[in-house]
Amino acid sequence: MKKFKGRVVTPGQVSAKALVSHGGLNTLASFQKALQFGDKKATCGDQNNKDLYGKQMAGKALCLPQTIGSTTGGLVLYCACAMKRQPACLLFSKPIDSLAAAGAILAEVWLDDVKMPVIDSLGEEFLNYVKDDMTITIKENGVVEVE
Amino acid sequence: MAIQLTKEQKEILNGSKGETMAKVLKTMVMYGETFGAKKLVPVTSKYNHLVTSFGLKALGPVYDLMNKLIETGAKSGQQFSVDPRPLDKNVPANFLQKLIFNKFMYSKQEFYEKQLEALGLMNKDAFTCTAYMTEVGNKPQKGDVLSWSESSAVVYANSVLGARCNRNSGIIDLMGSVVGFVPYFGLLTDEGRKAKWIVKIETSKKPEAQLLGSAIGMKVMEDVPYVIGLDKWLGKKLDEETCSYLKDFGAATASNGAVGLYHIDKLTPEAKEFKTSLIEKGAKEYVIDDEELERVKNSYPVVWKNKNAKPKLCFMGCPHMSLEQLISWTKKLDAALKSVNRKKVYIKTVFTASPGVVKEFEKTGYAPMLKNMGVIVSSICPLMYMNNPLCSKMPVITSSNKLRTYTTARYYTDDEILSQITKGGTAI
Repeated sequence: MKKFKGRVVTPGQVSAKALVSHGGLNTLASFQKALQFGDKKATCGDQNNKDLYGKQMAGKALCLPQTIGSTTGGLVLYCACAMKRQPACLLFSKPIDSLAAAGAILAEVWLDDVKMPVIDSLGEEFLNYVKDDMTITIKENGVVEVE
Repeated sequence: MAIQLTKEQKEILNGSKGETMAKVLKTMVMYGETFGAKKLVPVTSKYNHLVTSFGLKALGPVYDLMNKLIETGAKSGQQFSVDPRPLDKNVPANFLQKLIFNKFMYSKQEFYEKQLEALGLMNKDAFTCTAYMTEVGNKPQKGDVLSWSESSAVVYANSVLGARCNRNSGIIDLMGSVVGFVPYFGLLTDEGRKAKWIVKIETSKKPEAQLLGSAIGMKVMEDVPYVIGLDKWLGKKLDEETCSYLKDFGAATASNGAVGLYHIDKLTPEAKEFKTSLIEKGAKEYVIDDEELERVKNSYPVVWKNKNAKPKLCFMGCPHMSLEQLISWTKKLDAALKSVNRKKVYIKTVFTASPGVVKEFEKTGYAPMLKNMGVIVSSICPLMYMNNPLCSKMPVITSSNKLRTYTTARYYTDDEILSQITKGGTAI
């Protein structure tokens, strides 16, 4: 088991299986099919993301460097949360980007019954260490346990 | 709370303007605190610009949220333009595509446009990603603070017009405008507008805007580049042709990377004013020559199932074309078709431009010329058109690096596109 320390963007404690993207997550391309065609597992639809394409994102501890792509990204993430198809948490190796931050904050402020903890600045070592299906546990104060 | 609020802002946060407005302000405060903002500053532009233009059935929660704003009267003091519509009956689509577009994917379009009108849409023609063009009428002034989204518009407003705006997400764009304040961080600050990269252009000819932007975007990602040597090819004046070039260049930097601002030495407003003092100490360097542009172009994946498929459709204008581009392309097409004794283009071709630009274009003699050559002029969003399983299987070509990035469209340079649509559809 290894511990990493990041910064809390939106709070919460959760335990889930890891899903790792080494490249930036294109939020619109990844979630559009899930939102459009009723896929409750939120299967990643971004053909350009070899790590995630075709894998279930809902309920997973999504580990990534940052999000990329259209400025619709934040509202797409918000919709995924509102429709309960969001990842269990988002864990960024880099400082969070403005689009992902928008989605996470909108969900935190406007959705009473949804929790999606978000930690950023976990460092490059975190993304190098974590692998798909490892167990991730978010503790208080931005501590992330990986085993 | 790290952000220092004014008395007025504190009162709003405490509910003086109702619970919904308090939540709007709380959203902006949390957004700002995430990026280390110490204060909220007033939005000063005359108009706003929003990214969400499509009544996608899947965005139900967004419509619910907008309803909350409308119902509680939490309207924007600013009117706004918005990105292009996803539908246009004049753009080629088969029966099944039309059925899916109208009855399934964009079935909330009419409903959503009514919401936009209720919230302050400028007018029924204000659907474009190039709101800053004179024909549209939403051109911010230098130094204006914006709450815009749409990455290509944000990078243009910051770089070419000298306005100040972060790369905001959809909904955040509207909320900043509704409450009238945005957090002061990133590209709003002098410090955030400093360049972390020096990009030296050492090409043997004028670089293709879309390729150059792509190369820079992929290298610098979200950082600000200071580009040296491009004035050799563009000159030192922001005329219409240069602004069109910078529009396409910027869109590629923003979509292939996450650039929100660039400085072009001796050309863009802040580079002219502050020169190389805009470059941060220790800035990294990136040299771009012919070989590097070729390398970048060859790195693009071709995601067509049949890589040698004959193109079925060509989209030009993502972001929307300028009047100058519509006219120059009409002239180029006319000459190219005459050279091969043809009257019409080989491949169904759609040129997209804002409704305002299209209206002006239609006043010129070039509009019937273009129509007679078989080219459709539309104000549709090519990206939204392509973003569905049916269209994504079509072999579509484009010279837009943004469209290439977000869809299955295949990229060609302007010259290659001209050759494809006038001389035949075999892949070059």
